[in-house]
Formats: sequence, structure tokens, C-alpha cells
Amino acid sequence: MTTLDVIEILVRIAWLAGAVAFVIGLARMNSPATARNGNLVSAGGMVLAIGATAILILGRQQLAPESFGIRASSWALIIGGIVIGGGLGLYTARVVKMTAMPQLVSLFNAVGGGAAALIAIDDYFRLVGGGEVRLDEHIFIVLDVIIGSITFTGSLIASGKLQGLIPGKPILIPGGRLVTVALAGVTVVAAAILFVTGTPSLPLIALILAAALVFGVTMTLPIGGADMPVVISLLNSFTGTAVAMAGFVIDNPVLIIAGALVGASGAILTKLMADAMNRSVINIMIGGFGGGDEAAAAGGPEGGSVRSLGADDAAIQLAYAQHVIVVPGYGLAVAQAQHAVRELAELLEDRGVDVKYAIHPVAGRMPGHMNVLLAEANVPYPQLKEMDDINPEFERADVALVIGANDVTNPAARRPGSPVSGMPILDVDKAKSIIVIKRSMGRGYAGIDNELYTNDKTGMLFADAKEGLAALTAAVKAL
Amino acid sequence: MTPDQIDALITALTIFTLAILVGFAVISKVPATLHTPLMSGANSIHGIVLVGAMLIAAEARGGISQALSLIAVAFATMNVVGGYVVTDRMLQMFRKKAAAPKPAADDAESAS
Repeated sequence: MTTLDVIEILVRIAWLAGAVAFVIGLARMNSPATARNGNLVSAGGMVLAIGATAILILGRQQLAPESFGIRASSWALIIGGIVIGGGLGLYTARVVKMTAMPQLVSLFNAVGGGAAALIAIDDYFRLVGGGEVRLDEHIFIVLDVIIGSITFTGSLIASGKLQGLIPGKPILIPGGRLVTVALAGVTVVAAAILFVTGTPSLPLIALILAAALVFGVTMTLPIGGADMPVVISLLNSFTGTAVAMAGFVIDNPVLIIAGALVGASGAILTKLMADAMNRSVINIMIGGFGGGDEAAAAGGPEGGSVRSLGADDAAIQLAYAQHVIVVPGYGLAVAQAQHAVRELAELLEDRGVDVKYAIHPVAGRMPGHMNVLLAEANVPYPQLKEMDDINPEFERADVALVIGANDVTNPAARRPGSPVSGMPILDVDKAKSIIVIKRSMGRGYAGIDNELYTNDKTGMLFADAKEGLAALTAAVKAL
Repeated sequence: MTPDQIDALITALTIFTLAILVGFAVISKVPATLHTPLMSGANSIHGIVLVGAMLIAAEARGGISQALSLIAVAFATMNVVGGYVVTDRMLQMFRKKAAAPKPAADDAESAS
């Protein structure tokens, strides 16, 4: 064995150790107590894998200059790329506000997918002119280019929608479905020609690349902003798969393992999120309801009798209650009212009121996003209750304070025949009294009226979540 | 295909399949509370594509290949660094809360 052989073996073992660290890291993210450590373990595995790769490249350059042809300029590319990308990543990750975090995750997902696609494209340039390409090589390259490109443009669009650069409403291009189908057709035909002939062709791979890039856009544009979490999760899974394909292309096991891990995790998350909204992933991708953001549908009161409530009355109810359950929703996340709600809760606790938070699995913009927002506002973690834990407690609650949540509280979900039927909901209507802070009687994502709002026990405090909470806090202080 | 190539392909497919199963097994246990940090954490893990980007950059020849691999390295590094930092920021907030929970009364309530 030469020295280089030893290095190659050690580097492969280091990659394997990195992959093990990723699995352990994910396993430790099971519980809040070990989650941060899990992320550090995963990061340690990443540093190990990247460091080992640098040593491998250095070893090949020094010990076998002829067979690999690694030059000083190669290091300029690697170091230059790491400095540029690392600087951008570090800067954006450190300055971003926690409310803007979903779009940043989507942006990081986009560049990951882009990098995976670039690996396949680069590999293809080497194969062109080199005679016949094996079928399995061709399949992995084409899949990598397709999946990586879709996730690149798709994630950019999703990020733009959440950031407000692109309207959150579903954008319907005339004949959009036809375009999407045509793009899929072009891709299949071009790929089939490549597979059958086995001859590498730059124009055909360029056609596939272009079709996939446009497909990512036409796939994401018609989906409403409220569905973006599911889409980002799906695209995250896509990126993992693209990275695994890149692993096949350059024959690298650590890319295959890590990519497959993320592909599986993204798929599960996507399914969980879609389930919680009582929708199928396919439904979302095709644009089932076609609805938009809750804020977009601001109409007048419709049907049933609604009792409007002033901040002073609501404050009295809250201040003299024993058990209060806060139900934060999408409206709270949009209004960035997480600090305002914590302030009110602390004030109530000082008066001896027991305050808990009921977190629906899809509250906010991503699963678990509400927990992050409330944690950022210093809400004690033990007060955050998941749906199954808090539902039996609503009966004992004196007041349920609903802030910008709609469909996830609609009792109609318990009966068949409604668009939300079967969706798991928070049993808010079982509380002794209910206060809803909401901007208007506008409908939620499902586009139906919420029976909770016309319930006799319910008082509506019409306000933006942040302003409404500020008014309540001021009123409680004045008591 | 030579027997060696077939072996390599089957080995790679085996690794791929088993890794997917490991992913399902590990991740299905995560509570909903941690889904966003988990998505972000998984997002950082696919930054491993940086290893691939470095390897193609090392052997890049000609302007096109050099440009492609430079962008690939930059993209992948952004994925890795940004992903881990933002995940840590999220989880840091959780840990701070866990370390300083509200005193007794709350816990007694939630246990009931």
C-alpha cells in the first residue's frame, strides 16, 4: 500500500464517521433537551467530512500529481468558493429575524439543490466526446440535473413568496398546467433519447436543464403562501434526493447516505404537515383549494350572530380567570406579535392566572414554527402544549384566547361534509368562554366560515394581533 | 458493464436504500415541536454536497468547469454554514427555556 492508499482509506473512514454523526445528530433532535447537542454532533460530522476531503485532495496533489492533475488554481477555486459561500451563509444566518427564518431555510435549500445539479452538469462536460455513456451513469446524471434544478428555482420562488418579493397569492399563468405538462413531456423524451442512444449530448442535457428550471417555477407559482411550508419541506426532501444522485454520479458514499437521510426526513415532514391540514401533498401541488392567505380574504361578517368585544371587557375576563389557554395562529406569526403575547401572559401570571399555550401542529408558517417564535419571545418552554396534551384541558379553561387562528379551531371539522372535515383541531369551543383576536371575519385557508366565531360563548376583538394584544395588556394593567 | 462496475452499482444502491430506511426510523420519532429545527437541521446535512463540489473543483479543467465548480463550492458552503448557524440559533432558544423553567406550580398543573 502506498501512502496515498492509506490516506484514501482513512478519508473514507472519516466520511463514514461523518455519516454516523449525521444519524446520531438527527436522533438527538428528538427531544428539546438534546436537540442543540444533536445539531453540534451533526456539524462536527460535517467538519470532519469536509476536512478529510481537503486532506484527500492535498494528498492526491502531492503524492500523485500526474494521475489527478490537481494544481494550485484548484485550491483557489475551493478556498475562494468556501470564503464567498461561507461569508454569505454566516452573515444571512446571523442577521435574519426569527420570523423570516422559513424563507432563509428555503434559500439555503435552493443553493444546496443548485450545487447538486452543478456537479452533474460538470461531470457531463467530461463525458461529452468521450464515447458511449453507461445507462446507469446517464440515469443518475439526468435525475440529478432534473431534481436539483427543480428544487433550485422552486425554493427560490418559495423563498420570494414568503419574503413578499413575489405575491403570496396563487399566481395562475394562462395555460400554466399545459406548460407544466409540456415541460414534463419534453424532459421525458429528451431523457429517453439519451438513455437509448447512450451518446452524450450537450444540447439534450441543456434542454432537460432548462425544462427543469422552468418547471420549478411553474410548479411553485400557483401555490398559495399558506401552503409554502409544505412546499419547502417537499423541496428539502428533493434536495436530499438530488444530493444522493450526485453521490451516484461521482461515486461518493457519504453524499449518498446523507442525501438519502434528508430525502427520507423531508418526505415524512411533508406528509405530517399535509395530514395536519387535512390535505394530500398531491392536492397542494395541484392547487386544491386554490385559496390564498387569510389576510387576503377580508370580508364583512357573514352568517350567524357575532358578538363583538372591547379590549376592556376582554381584559376583565382574562384578569379574573384561573386558567387561560392561548391559541396562537398564522395571524400572530404574520403580525409578529409573539413578544406582545408573552408580555400579556406574564402580566396575567403576576395576577395568579395559570397561562398555557395550545400549539396546533401547523400553527404558524412551518410545523413547530410557533414554538420557535414563542421561544424567541422568552415564553417558558413548559408552557407550550401540543394539541393532544392540551385538548382535554380546554374544558377546565375559563378563557381561551385565540389569536389569529382560524381553521385549526373550527368545530365543523368534527362533522363530515365540510372541507375541513377530519382535520385535527384544538377543542377551543369546549372552554367556558372564548376571546378571538382577529382582524376581520375573513375566512381562513379552507375558505369556510368558522362556527367558533358565532358560538354564544365567543367574543370577537377585531384588531391586528399585535395591536389587539397591546390594547389588552394596557387594559389589564389599568385594572 | 464489467463485473466490478455491477458490484459498485449494487453496493451504492444498497447504501442508498438502507440510508433511506435509517432516515425514516430516526426521524419519525421527532415531536412536532421540533419540526422546524429538524427541517433546518436536515437542510444543513444535505450541505454535504460540498464534499462533491470540492472534489470536482480539484480536478476542474478549463473555464466552464472552473466556473461551475466555483459556484458549486460557494453554493454548498452557504448551505452548510448558514444551515448549521440558523439551526443552532433556533435550538439555543429552546435550551435557554429548558434550563430555566417556571417554578413548581406550572409543572404540577401540566402533570395533572
